[in-house]
Amino acid sequence: MTALARLFRTTAFKLSAAYFLLFSVGAVLALGGVGGRVEAVLDDQIGQNIDAEIHRLEELYGEGGLGQIFLSVQRRVRSPGGSIFLVTTYAGQNIVGNIASSPAISAEEGVLLETTYRLPGDNDRDHPALARLTYLPGGFRLLVGHDVADHRVLRQILHRGLGASLFWLALIGTLGGLLVAHRMLERVDDLSASARRIMAGRLDERLPVSGAGDELDRLAENLNAMLARIGQLMRGLSEVSDNIAHDLRTPLTRLRNRAEAATRDGATPEEQRAALGAVIEDSEDLIRIFNALLMIARAEAGQAGGAMSTVEVDEIVADIVELYEAVAEEQGARLTSSIEPGLEMSGNRELLAQALGNVVDNALKYGAAGSDGEVGVAARRNGDRLEISVADRGPGVPPEDRERALERFVRLDSSRSLPGSGLGLALAAAIARLHQGSLRLEDNAPGLRVVFSLPVTRTPVAAPGSDRT
Amino acid sequence: MTTMRILIIEDDKEAGAYLLKAFREQGHSADLAPDGLEGYARAREGAYDILIVDRMLPKLDGLSLISSLREQKVETPTLILSALGQVDDRVKGLRAGGDDYLVKPYAFTELLARVEALARRRLGPRGEETLYRVGDLELDRLSHNVTVGDKEVVLQPREFRLLEYLMKHAGQVVTRTMLLENVWDYHFDPQTNVIDVHISRLRSKIDKGRATPLLHTIRGAGYMIRDGAR
Repeated sequence: MTALARLFRTTAFKLSAAYFLLFSVGAVLALGGVGGRVEAVLDDQIGQNIDAEIHRLEELYGEGGLGQIFLSVQRRVRSPGGSIFLVTTYAGQNIVGNIASSPAISAEEGVLLETTYRLPGDNDRDHPALARLTYLPGGFRLLVGHDVADHRVLRQILHRGLGASLFWLALIGTLGGLLVAHRMLERVDDLSASARRIMAGRLDERLPVSGAGDELDRLAENLNAMLARIGQLMRGLSEVSDNIAHDLRTPLTRLRNRAEAATRDGATPEEQRAALGAVIEDSEDLIRIFNALLMIARAEAGQAGGAMSTVEVDEIVADIVELYEAVAEEQGARLTSSIEPGLEMSGNRELLAQALGNVVDNALKYGAAGSDGEVGVAARRNGDRLEISVADRGPGVPPEDRERALERFVRLDSSRSLPGSGLGLALAAAIARLHQGSLRLEDNAPGLRVVFSLPVTRTPVAAPGSDRT
Repeated sequence: MTTMRILIIEDDKEAGAYLLKAFREQGHSADLAPDGLEGYARAREGAYDILIVDRMLPKLDGLSLISSLREQKVETPTLILSALGQVDDRVKGLRAGGDDYLVKPYAFTELLARVEALARRRLGPRGEETLYRVGDLELDRLSHNVTVGDKEVVLQPREFRLLEYLMKHAGQVVTRTMLLENVWDYHFDPQTNVIDVHISRLRSKIDKGRATPLLHTIRGAGYMIRDGAR
């Protein structure tokens, strides 16, 4: 019973019920309309014939009185055609005619009536007729009419046809509606069942797609795309938290060891002070790593790390170059720049400065060691993208390591001995992605060139199903 | 440094007690309000030199507290402490009427330096002077002339702004992040101690050959410019 009730509530069933009603009204109007028209036309023709007959009989009466009519009527009675005639006295006594009686004989004069008549010798059966009464001079009543039994049959056929077609319409409509609704329900139930299983934890399952390409399929496909995107984000999230847990463990252990060293028995106050100082430094490193990881995670989850606005990239690049130029000079290297003026893009000033700062810092640390090192920063517009490159003449990064060098905490062997958290490039790459751009490593022959490629305008929303880039 | 009256609005008992003790040890007078409503009431009544407001407070959150105070024309310099460190969080905090924003966890030296810089703005409007003088070092903010004794010192524009900021806060500790924020106008983490390099460049220009330098490095905190002779 609940299944039936559910069926009645489905959209498909409601739709078919509505269509059934609409078609029924249409059929009634169409068939009824045609029937009515046909009847009206026939009745009209009969009425005209009757009028003509009456007119002729009146003329005959004027010419030859009742006798003429008598003759004419008798002649007519013999010829077939379904016409009826009756002449009575004013009191209603039959004088001449081909019928025995009709209630129309005492009706109002001059009106075409739908009435009945009885044949002589068969007083029990009423026959349908259209008739009209006229008074003849001298007080005689003349009733002229036409049998309409044929019409009534036609009307009955029409009515029966209407009823039958309504019946079939109802039957087919209801069955069709039930069938469509049932199939629809089945598919929706399949979808619901899949959705429940997915919610219950089978996250790899997808909603069934029938292949019919209809709206249910489209819905299922879109929901599947959404599930895929959610799955991707969740994997990213768990990966990030795994990495954070793993990567913070090492510095936390170091912190703990130092704190233990400070509280160990026999430590001199100087040693304790030094150990505590180291603990503070370690905790500051931890905070720095933590902030960078958080920012990377946010960027990878596709969250804007702050309000985006129009920023002057040329100024940011110039500021960063100016900031790090002193560092370069101190280590005996040179930091040069070539910046195209008027570079603007939609972005976040602080994050872009952070990203560029990291890359320049890296280049100075690893690519410009020793004297006469040189790092060149260039910023230019390339179509609808801005390209900022930082090139050094250092050992460079072999092609097979370039992808890996952008990952979190990856420190290539060549740089392992130098200080650094291994997050600088990963953070820069995340910031580039957050700006819908990219960071790539190139061969500077010799040396390394790191290139930011950033779109001038951000597309508002990532297209559904598109991979994060 | 004159004594400051500080109101700390912080719901975390341990953090509040630590700040109270630390500021009192520095010779300041500090009060603690444990929730937003009490903090609001005390900030309106009391004549405080500085407010330290935690962003997430029970009863009335930090940002609403500050914007309500500003609506009531209470212009006490306010520093926001927050666990929210995203760039737009900072912007929101400053837009609500905060004067400075510090992300937890922070070093107390950083907080102290920032609070003193804010209070200085209130106690002595040094920002309006056109001539800064520390010992024999003079900086003319209008003509951009810098002299040591009667010798002119040639500074790059950024070095001038760096010195100007240090001298504006003469006698106060100025941290590296404060310098990056106020001289370079950036809030990011430069990884390397880039500020140190700029300071040492500046130092080579103004402290060269001086027996007692003017520009001091304060260990674990930052820098301070002061007349060593006094």
